[in-house]
Amino acid sequence: MVQIIARRKDSTTIFDISGSIDLAHSSELRREVLLEIREKRTPRVILNLVEVKYIDSSGVASLVEGLKASRDVGSRFILFGLSAGAYEVLKISRLLTIFEIYDTEEKALEA
Amino acid sequence: MHRTGWLLQLELPSNPEILSVVRSAVTRLTEELGFPAAEVRAITRAVDEALANVIRHAYGGRPGQTIQLSCRRVQIGDCGKKRAALEIVLEDHGVAADRKKLCGRSFDDVRPGGLGMHFIQEGVDVMQYKSLGRRNRLRLVKYLPDAESQPQIAKGE
Repeated sequence: MVQIIARRKDSTTIFDISGSIDLAHSSELRREVLLEIREKRTPRVILNLVEVKYIDSSGVASLVEGLKASRDVGSRFILFGLSAGAYEVLKISRLLTIFEIYDTEEKALEA
Repeated sequence: MHRTGWLLQLELPSNPEILSVVRSAVTRLTEELGFPAAEVRAITRAVDEALANVIRHAYGGRPGQTIQLSCRRVQIGDCGKKRAALEIVLEDHGVAADRKKLCGRSFDDVRPGGLGMHFIQEGVDVMQYKSLGRRNRLRLVKYLPDAESQPQIAKGE
């Protein structure tokens, strides 16, 4: 299962995500992220991936959709707290340099 | 564990919720076989993506269809050497895969989707796909970690 909790800090929304972003659950993340970016037009959306144990290709696709949507509306889309597995899937996908990625929430907020 | 033989056999429904169960089983199995952590993750990812492909493409997202997963420890001939390996076979009775899509999409094209095949290929040493009538068979092989450093001489040499 996946749990997604949204926190608001000024003009930023932080999604605290826990569980697995896989075929069974990636659509939930995609829906939440796209709503925040396209409908609410939040200037900065940050995904906290510290508690994410697994990301599959459908999860990566959801992240790419979030990134593309943020570029379309001129907002920022940031990731932090990648596990070894999450880091590996972005590396295999050659997306590490495409995303804005930080180690911690503090660094993501400062960026 | 024995040098060859069955390690795990599962009959699974084509439901996305089953993926986490299979990941747990494959992770434990590959840990037990002595794979290092990064390879455990890579093999688990390969099996997960292969199963997800069956669910999404072979069965078109229809739940409750049958998928067979079997894992065996095997000895595979490789240039005169016998190498111990983990063989993972997935079988389904859905629509055959489009062979053009078995290579995965180009990395230069940054867009959602099309990455699953790369995850599979990255996680194993051998990937073979066969479709016979309504029976599709994907065979994945990963050489065991101790096999590479202990080549065996063939009989008669």
